Amino acid sequence: MTKPWSRFAAPASFYPLTGRLIPVFWVLAAAFILIALYWGFFETPDQLGGSNAQKGYYRIIFIHVGAAWMSMWLYAMLVAWAAVGLVFKTRLSFMMANAIAPTGAIFTFLALWTGAIWGRPSWGTYWDWDPRLTSELILFFLYIGYIALHSAIDDNRRADRAASLLAIVGLVMVPVIFWSINCPDPNQCAALHQRSGLRKVDGNILFAMLTMTLGFWMYSFATTLMRVRSMILTREAETAWVQDLVRAPERG
Amino acid sequence: MFKVFWSVLHRDLLLAVRRRTDVLTTLVFFVIVVSLFPLGVGTERAVLRVLGPGVAWVAALLSSMLALERLFAADYEDGTLEQLLLTDQPLVLLTLAKIAAHWLLTGLPLVLIAPLVGMQYHLTDSAITVMMMSLLLGTPVLSLIGAIGAALTLGLRGGGILLALLILPLYIPVLVYGAGAVTVGAVALGEARLYLTLLAAFLVAALALAPFACAAALRISIE
Amino acid sequence: MMTKMLEFISQGGYAGYVWSAYGMTMTLLFIETVGLRRGNRAILARLQRLLRLCNAGDKQ
Repeated sequence: MTKPWSRFAAPASFYPLTGRLIPVFWVLAAAFILIALYWGFFETPDQLGGSNAQKGYYRIIFIHVGAAWMSMWLYAMLVAWAAVGLVFKTRLSFMMANAIAPTGAIFTFLALWTGAIWGRPSWGTYWDWDPRLTSELILFFLYIGYIALHSAIDDNRRADRAASLLAIVGLVMVPVIFWSINCPDPNQCAALHQRSGLRKVDGNILFAMLTMTLGFWMYSFATTLMRVRSMILTREAETAWVQDLVRAPERG
Repeated sequence: MFKVFWSVLHRDLLLAVRRRTDVLTTLVFFVIVVSLFPLGVGTERAVLRVLGPGVAWVAALLSSMLALERLFAADYEDGTLEQLLLTDQPLVLLTLAKIAAHWLLTGLPLVLIAPLVGMQYHLTDSAITVMMMSLLLGTPVLSLIGAIGAALTLGLRGGGILLALLILPLYIPVLVYGAGAVTVGAVALGEARLYLTLLAAFLVAALALAPFACAAALRISIE
Repeated sequence: MMTKMLEFISQGGYAGYVWSAYGMTMTLLFIETVGLRRGNRAILARLQRLLRLCNAGDKQ
C-alpha cells in the first residue's frame, strides 16, 4: 500500500479528512440550492414564447429533474464503490457504497413524488405508467432491496459483500429492465415524456436546474460522508485511534 | 467434468422424487393463484381474455420465486453445500446443476399445465401454444436469476420475503415479454416470434452470466 | 407588496402542486440531515460512555 491515494483508504486517515470536507460541502450545498431557488422563482420567464403564459407548476421541474438525475448517478456511484470494494477488498469502499444508498433512495422517492405532482396538472393524473416514471419506481425497489439485504445480515463482512454483489447484478439488469419498460412492444417504443434535449430549454430555467443539481450533489457528498463517519466509528470502536479521538475533548 | 453436473442433477432429482409434495405445492400454488383471479375480477370472457396472459405470467413469477427458497436451504442446513464448496470441482457447474434440477422440478410443470390456464381464461389455441413456448423459454431465466437471490439470502431470518424484494424487480423483462408474447400470440402465431426471440436471448445471457454470479454469492454466504 | 406576496404564494393557481413538491423535498432533506447529526452524536456519546466505564474498571 504505497500508492498515494491509498493513504486515505484507511479509515483512520479518512475520518479527519472528512471532518474538514463536510462543512465545505454543507456550505456549497446551501449556497447552490439557495441560488437555484432564487433563480427558479424570480428570474425565470413568465412567458412561454409570445403570449403563451407559462404554467406555474413548471417550477417543480427544478427539483424533479435534479432528483431524478441524482437517483441514477448515485446508483452508479454505489455500484462503482461496491465493485471497487469487491475487487480491492477495501473496507472503506463498502462503507461508501452503503452510505450512498439511503441518500439515493431519498432522491428516487423525491423524483417519484415530484413527478406525480407534475403529472396531475400536465397529464391529468397523479400516476401514469410512463416509462421513465416506472423506471424510477423500479430503481426505488432496487435501492430498497440493497438496503434491506444489507440490514438483514448481521455479519458486516458478509453484508457488505452480499449487498455489493446484488448492486452489481442490479446494474447489469437495469438497462434490460428499462428497455423492456420502454418498449413493451419490441417493434416500437413509446414514451409519454417529451424527448427533449437540454439545448431547447430556456437559459434561465437551465441555469436554475443545473445549479439545483449541483446543490444536490454537494448535499449528497455531505450526507454520504457523514454516514461513513458514523459507520467508521461503530465498526472501528475497538481500535486505538477511535478511542483517542473519543478521549479528546474536541471532536475532530 | 460433466460427470459432476450429472451427479448433482441426478441427486437433486432423486431427492425430489422421494419428497414429492414439494414439487406439487408449487404447482398447486400456481393453479390456485390463477383460479382466484376470475373470482376477483368477474368471469366475463372478454375481460378474462385480456387478463389471462398477464395473470398467468405473474402467477408463474410468484410460484417460481416461492420455490426458490428451497433451492439451497436443505443443503445449507445439513452441511452438504459446504462440502460441495470444498470439493475441487468448479462451483459454477455445481450451481448450474442445482438450478437445472430446480427448473425441471418447478418450472417445467408450469409449462405443462399452461393449457389448463388457457382454458380457464378462454385463450385461443395459438395463444396457448405461445404461452407454453414463452414459459418454456422464460421460466429457466426466472430460476437462473432467482438462484442469485436465493444464494444471497441463504440462512437469513425472514429470507423468503427478502428474496421477493430482491428478485421480483429483476423479473420484469421476462414478465413484459412473456406476457406480451401471449397477448400478441392470440392474434397470430407469427406475431409472437420477435418476443420469443428476445426471451431466448435472455435465456442465453442468463445461462452465461447467472451461474457465475450465483457461485460468487454462495461463496460470500458461506465462509 | 402584499398582493405581490400573495401572487407569489399562489404560483399562478398551482400553489398546491408547487409547494407540496418543494415542501416534501425540503422536509426529507432536513430530516435526513438532522437524523445524521443526531446519529453521529449518539455514537460518539456512547463510545465516550463506554470508555469511561472501561477506565473506571481499570482503576479499581
